[in-house]
Amino acid sequence: MFSYYLRLALLSIKRNPILSGLMITAIALGIGASMTTITINYLMSANPIPEKSQQLFYVQVDSWNPYEAFDEPNEPPNQITWTESQNFMRDATAFRQTAIASSNAVIEPQDQDSKPFMSSIRLAYSDFFSMFNVPFLYGNGWQAAEDNDRALVVVLSRKTNDTLFGGENSVGRTVRIAAKDFKVIGVLDNWEPIPKFYDLTTDEFGSPEDIFMPFTLKEALELNNGGNTNCWKSPEGEGFKSFLLSECVNYQMWVELRSEQEKQDYLNYLHNYVAEQKTMGRFAREQNNRLSDVMQWLKINEVVADDAQIMLWLSLMFLLVCLLNTIGLLLAKFSGKTAEISLRRAVGASKSDLFYQHLVETACIGIAGGIAGLGLALIGLQGIKALYGEFADKVTSLDMNLVIIAIILALVSSIGAGLYPTWRICKIEPASQLKDQ
Amino acid sequence: MLNLTHWEIGPIFRALMRNKTGAILIAIQIAVTMTIIVNAIFIISERQKLMARDSGVDEANSFYLSSSSFGEDFNTEVTAAEDLAMIRQTPGVIDAMQINAIPMSGGGWSMSLQTKAGDDIDGTGAAVYMVDEHFLKTLDVDVIAGEPFTLTDIRLRKGSSTDWPDKTIITKSMAETLYPDEPWHSVVGKTVYINNNEPMIITGIIDQLQAPWIGWDGVERVMLSPERLEFTSYRYFIRTEVGKRDELMPQIEEMLANSNKKRLIRDVRSMQETRERSYRQHSAMITILGTVMIVLTVVTGLGIVGLASFSVNRRKKQIGTRRALGASQQAILRYFMLENFIISSAGVVLGAVLTVGLNIWLVKAFELNTLDWYLVPAGMVSLWIVGQLAVFGPAKRAAAIPPALATRTV
Repeated sequence: MFSYYLRLALLSIKRNPILSGLMITAIALGIGASMTTITINYLMSANPIPEKSQQLFYVQVDSWNPYEAFDEPNEPPNQITWTESQNFMRDATAFRQTAIASSNAVIEPQDQDSKPFMSSIRLAYSDFFSMFNVPFLYGNGWQAAEDNDRALVVVLSRKTNDTLFGGENSVGRTVRIAAKDFKVIGVLDNWEPIPKFYDLTTDEFGSPEDIFMPFTLKEALELNNGGNTNCWKSPEGEGFKSFLLSECVNYQMWVELRSEQEKQDYLNYLHNYVAEQKTMGRFAREQNNRLSDVMQWLKINEVVADDAQIMLWLSLMFLLVCLLNTIGLLLAKFSGKTAEISLRRAVGASKSDLFYQHLVETACIGIAGGIAGLGLALIGLQGIKALYGEFADKVTSLDMNLVIIAIILALVSSIGAGLYPTWRICKIEPASQLKDQ
Repeated sequence: MLNLTHWEIGPIFRALMRNKTGAILIAIQIAVTMTIIVNAIFIISERQKLMARDSGVDEANSFYLSSSSFGEDFNTEVTAAEDLAMIRQTPGVIDAMQINAIPMSGGGWSMSLQTKAGDDIDGTGAAVYMVDEHFLKTLDVDVIAGEPFTLTDIRLRKGSSTDWPDKTIITKSMAETLYPDEPWHSVVGKTVYINNNEPMIITGIIDQLQAPWIGWDGVERVMLSPERLEFTSYRYFIRTEVGKRDELMPQIEEMLANSNKKRLIRDVRSMQETRERSYRQHSAMITILGTVMIVLTVVTGLGIVGLASFSVNRRKKQIGTRRALGASQQAILRYFMLENFIISSAGVVLGAVLTVGLNIWLVKAFELNTLDWYLVPAGMVSLWIVGQLAVFGPAKRAAAIPPALATRTV
């Protein structure tokens, strides 16, 4: 029966090519626009580390100005001071923990023909790699001992290793960074968390840094501050050391906590830590300690751009217009078939047979519209990429989930649109239209 | 003669009521279309307003580059003096100087100034540009009150310095925000406090200059600090004669790169490119919304054409009968145009309500501004026109139906 209905549907679509074409175009445009914006929103709000996003927590404590909150109404600073980074890492009460920061320095390739270049640096502790499941191509990260020794060791990103060593296994080789010789101990495999959740202060859809080295080298090599530095009070005294010891925030802190109990313990630790600092004259504001898991932290930082959300809602309304359009056109098309339908009813087709038959027809239109819509979404995403440039590179690719969503959206919406016209046409009495003939 | 009974509004309306579905569908389509279009136009106009703001510098003829030293024993002070002497002598260059941050670029420094000293006094944030005595010509700004910096005012700032010079020049907008009750030119000579307690005297006021952050609500609040920079990494801002920029950018980059091998010259970028990059998000939004508006209008228009054609086809016989009974082609044309007008009217009224509703929601959820009221009637009129244009073709065909059709069976 299904194949017969399918044949009838195709015949009917062929009989009214303009009307059918309009319907398919309308659905395709609606689906295309919606899928473009759904894709962008879906990728922007993606979970960058689904396997352990609920065990990784971003740490905030309120070391800010006693007279004014960091952000209204009473938000603690979004980063921590050097002092906190050192104390939290010294106490190390979580299962794993790392303070991190960004910086940059010049790399001088050994090859005299290659020009020196500026590279971005991620300063981290040894737990960083295991906490964030960072994949290695060659070698490994460093150990806690190297953190303490301020060892001149470096992990290269795959791209940096390609630039410096042509993609060879460079573990054990030497790289000159910031006028110091570093030993390569690891090379990362491709690693592109979207968004770059571990540091959202700048460029949340950017790539991870070029090289990774022990956080403690910040002080030893006097590496400059990357990202955002915010101060409510200027450093007391001159020099790099006094800047580190100031109340300026430029560092991020992540901890890995495996259970609710560990989370409570860590909150208690933070409470006691702040209480202790208060006795030393710091932390004049009330206790305001936060632990946010990865998805909470992304939400607090409003990683999904407002414009993307506005476009999503507008495109869904656009889809609505296209569907209303389709309903109207279907009504028009079906009511041109009243004579045929009453004839079929008269020779024995039941209402449900007719309903089924016309649903097949609308589904055909829906699938055609959905496929065309996917094509339009691909074009739309290319357009967005062209308009936004590198900023949108990572949020404009369709994956299998999205293709399935698109087809389902097209089917559901076209069948939804077809229900009312189909229902109406099935109410035609067998004899009503025959009288005229 | 305007005789409303001739227009047959009553019969048209009653006929519509007998077959509501199609009419309701079109009315809702028109309403939603209007909602999207009016809000889109509003967002577009807001973005265009943002993009039309002037950064204050000579955007068409300015560029900048950064110099980062590496290796030990690099004398930044000497290098910068040599570099600037070379750049300023280059034919085609109007002027150049060191600077710590670039207008519109997105990255920079801000400090808070307050009119009284004290830890618990609220300050006013301002973007800080560290400049030397060449800032007038380089940045293309005018001192409209007080005096510009002179050579003796400029001190050397080291990477680790935390204190500030004792003089500053601020923008007119900053002066008005700091002292809202006084005329801006009387602010010259007053003392403001940086870092809560460190005094700085305002020695001059410039007309206009933007901060590096285009999305900041204090984008016009800027302070100039008279300092040369002894940082490992800093920028040169260079202004050229009209039309010389593109030729000088690679020339100066190469000149600097060759003059000293112990540093990197990078990020050579024109102000025009900086503007494009910073406003890219807004220009993209404008293009996307513009495309959506056009496609949407076409879809709605085609929908109206489709449904009107269908209703003409269905009523062929009645139209023939009316023609046979003496109705003119004009009357038939008018019938369909008026029918559409009635449907559109219902649509645009609903559309006006939805438009305002969506705007209220956008204001709440995304902190957009409130819609300009005149966009609502403008949107209503536009959709009326779209409806009338779309229905004109089918109505014309209806009017062409010959009276003889009434005598035939279909």
